[in-house]
Amino acid sequence: MNIAVLAKLVPDLVEELSIDASGAKLDTSFARLIVNEFDDHAIEEGILLKERFDGQVTILAPDDEGIDDVLFTAAAKGADRLLKLKGISAMETSSHALARAYADVVLELKPDLVLAGVQAHNDLDGSVGSLLAGMLNLPYVGYVSGISMQDGQAALRKEYPAGLIAELQVTPPAVLGIQAAEQPPRYVAVSKVRQAMKSISIEERTVAPTESPAVPHIGRMFKPEAAQHAIMLAGAPDEIAGKLVKIFKEIGVI
Amino acid sequence: MNSTSMMPKQEYYDAMLHAVQKGERLRLCLECGTCSGICPFGHVMVYPPSRLIAMLRADRFEKVLKTDALWMCVSCYACTAFCPSQIPLTAGLMARTKEELLLAGNVPAELQDALANSQRYGNALGESPRKRADWIGGITPEVKVMAKAKEPVDVLWFVGDYASYHPRVRSTSRAFATILNLLGVSFGILGPEESSDGDSQRLAGERGLFEMLAEKNGKAFGKYEFGSIITTDPHAYNALKNEYPSLGVTYPVQHYTEFLADRLDQLRPMLKREVKAKVVYHDACYLGRVNGIFEQPRALLQAIPGLELTEMAHNHSNSLCCGGGGGGMWLDGFQWEKVHVRLSDLRVQEAVAANAGTLAVACPYETPRFEDAAKTVPGASGLCVKDIAEILVEAVDSEGGQK
Amino acid sequence: MSADAYVVIEHLRGQVTDISYVMLAAARELVRDSGGKVVAILLGHKARELSTDLSADEVLYVDHPDLKDFIPDAYQAVLVGLIKEHQPRAVLMGNTSIGADIAGALSVTLDLPLVSSCRQLTSDGKFVCQICGGKILAEGALPEPASLVTMTPGVHKAENGRATTPPTVTDAQAPSLEGLRTQLRKYIEPEAADVDISKESLLIAVGRGIQNQDNIALAEELAKAMGGTVCGSRPVVDQGWLATSRLVGKSGKHVKPKVYLALGISGAPEHAEAIVDSDVIIAVNTDPAAPIFDFAKYGAEVDMFDVLPPLTEQVKQAKG
Repeated sequence: MNIAVLAKLVPDLVEELSIDASGAKLDTSFARLIVNEFDDHAIEEGILLKERFDGQVTILAPDDEGIDDVLFTAAAKGADRLLKLKGISAMETSSHALARAYADVVLELKPDLVLAGVQAHNDLDGSVGSLLAGMLNLPYVGYVSGISMQDGQAALRKEYPAGLIAELQVTPPAVLGIQAAEQPPRYVAVSKVRQAMKSISIEERTVAPTESPAVPHIGRMFKPEAAQHAIMLAGAPDEIAGKLVKIFKEIGVI
Repeated sequence: MNSTSMMPKQEYYDAMLHAVQKGERLRLCLECGTCSGICPFGHVMVYPPSRLIAMLRADRFEKVLKTDALWMCVSCYACTAFCPSQIPLTAGLMARTKEELLLAGNVPAELQDALANSQRYGNALGESPRKRADWIGGITPEVKVMAKAKEPVDVLWFVGDYASYHPRVRSTSRAFATILNLLGVSFGILGPEESSDGDSQRLAGERGLFEMLAEKNGKAFGKYEFGSIITTDPHAYNALKNEYPSLGVTYPVQHYTEFLADRLDQLRPMLKREVKAKVVYHDACYLGRVNGIFEQPRALLQAIPGLELTEMAHNHSNSLCCGGGGGGMWLDGFQWEKVHVRLSDLRVQEAVAANAGTLAVACPYETPRFEDAAKTVPGASGLCVKDIAEILVEAVDSEGGQK
Repeated sequence: MSADAYVVIEHLRGQVTDISYVMLAAARELVRDSGGKVVAILLGHKARELSTDLSADEVLYVDHPDLKDFIPDAYQAVLVGLIKEHQPRAVLMGNTSIGADIAGALSVTLDLPLVSSCRQLTSDGKFVCQICGGKILAEGALPEPASLVTMTPGVHKAENGRATTPPTVTDAQAPSLEGLRTQLRKYIEPEAADVDISKESLLIAVGRGIQNQDNIALAEELAKAMGGTVCGSRPVVDQGWLATSRLVGKSGKHVKPKVYLALGISGAPEHAEAIVDSDVIIAVNTDPAAPIFDFAKYGAEVDMFDVLPPLTEQVKQAKG
């Protein structure tokens, strides 16, 4: 089977984020980038499917600083082809424009399944996977945490709140939004990644991103007010207890 | 597989012979079992060193790769130190076997995270590298961060991950900075340009990651002018002294206890306040057993007025590992599940048995580990755990003392 | 073209989800000054009665056997028709396993702008989105003449979306739902075995300070009185005083409750990282320098054994 996985980088939340001079965009010069956690799961799930059902896994990604390492790491895990979209950066592009850039390349690959992380924390106009499905007129199911191929159908586990799972069946080709792979993304030794760098090369496609009017315009980006130290409740134990009860009531837990 | 021959499978055996310098001493193993006997977790390791060698020789190494018990090894070096054939067991056999386990994907999740963090952030804790020097706030005179100070210093202080980020260990860093300032030492730190020394990652099987970190540190060192490196971290000390040179990164390096012991004549007159405490000193594995530094830390403690130094049952070269090294710090949950005992608990029990009021340490893994243990080990609720640097600062006359 | 705000109601296993009410409240706010109506779209099969407490000016109900459960393709097919026909100002969907599955395709098919992860809509036509793990807020004007929005809880309260009198329900025709490529096979209910603390909204956590197993009972009593669940940090679980399923921490579970009451927990990094997604952290610790006070919202420097009994008592009284 033919699997395409969409991966992109997002700002690493370990670092402090800052807004740029315009006041309406993230300062990308200062941000450290990391692979979108859900895309990492999509890569893992793609590799697992290949291991179980035989096939080819192609990773597609836009061009951002540090993406090569993500691609080679995926290759070290077992991905067969690495495709980088040049001329488009995840940090500078809306989900709609990115989906449109993917659309032609994905069509060319004729995949049975397209896996993408169910969301990215910096998405403002929806997730790339769901938009791509719309553009290619393919069925989309998100919040998937398990995939199995049975008689040409994809059997899926879809997650709902409070631990409820739905087992669905989709006719490929389809786009799936991955919530979690069936096992956590595997560790790859640095030496293996370095080996991959020598044995596989990253294919490049140049795309010209077109901005879609379907993307909301951001007038202002800002940080919510941050509390520094805890508000300390003082008094005798039963006075403190009284203050806690008041807080619980305010929050609505009692 | 060779069913008629008794020769070991070349692939794994060869790898072990060439893993480290003097690795071929593996051929001299007598199967005396000293290593497995002295190993603190030998009884649950399933394949402690001597058995591991037997499996290699019997061409059954693949069986080892299917178990996870080998992750009980904390790289304490006891096996290496007592092996009559002087086989480099810890750095060679154990580390190389863990490398095979990693390549086979057989690695506990906790350790995975620490390794991934080391690669991404240059520290196992997953903290932002930009905040690596945040601990220096409030110290006067200000601690020089090389990139900002842009001037040569006599001594470059390699601080380390835990000493930079862990809330408890930061106090030790601040204490040592205070002492350096008191002594008028010209020093600086790399701050955000410093990456993990990589030694524990190397011992946990990630040779590639170790080399990557060493390269990065080497580049950072190369940017600045300094006479020598000192470090408060025995693992960094071991890496810088014994492993980095083969990668082309060579500098004179001292552990802080050596550095201060050399300057004891200058330091002693400043230690005016009495520290009335019965103290035992825990010999850190990579300071003592591995690198032979036993007396300098003791000399510093003995220079403190009022301090009574005594010894725990295991001391000097047969000291008991705290369980933190070689990846142990990142295998805590895993190891607990297997044995329901922490080596740090055993060590704290020894401190209690020695009637000590203070357990003195000289390694950043130990302060949090022993303090945690002291909270639950019976009789240890009053035990203080302090780094030697912290005790020295306590002994300094308050006039000369810094914040 | 209308000024109406449409809300796609989400329901699972016969229950309308909380986010649906939050969206109705948001929709109400959005149309406050424009004179538009709040219209709830309810898709289902024999599910009419789910409309009874929806705070909407009108409910458009579409009944079809293939809408009995949520199937992305089916919902899309129906909604495309309804939106094209009525052309509302905004269509609100949940940023959930239901809404987020359909919003993208609708945006593309209808060529309408999509604002995702929106936590607030205002009566002057503004949206506020929450991104980057809640660290950044992005504000803008909701694109005109029509927009799709996926919403998260945050500002609008579910209780403002609930009605005491049932709304008017209008039946709408479903289009043909032939050729759906997605099917539901079955549901798998969560295990009733033990509690999954990562899904609990009120957690009472105990750390080393609890000292021994018997004292856990004190925490259990408070949990019972509050309707919460007891969990703990590593040393408590290691001692066997709590089951492993109750472990909160780096090697345990990450939790995101509304309230995390931390008793005798210092807040070391391994524990901190697993609780930072909590809405409100309240820390009780005798050590004023405990790191947990640096990221808790409220704190009390008091012995937990002194405060637990009166707290449990007062909670019981408050609940009546």
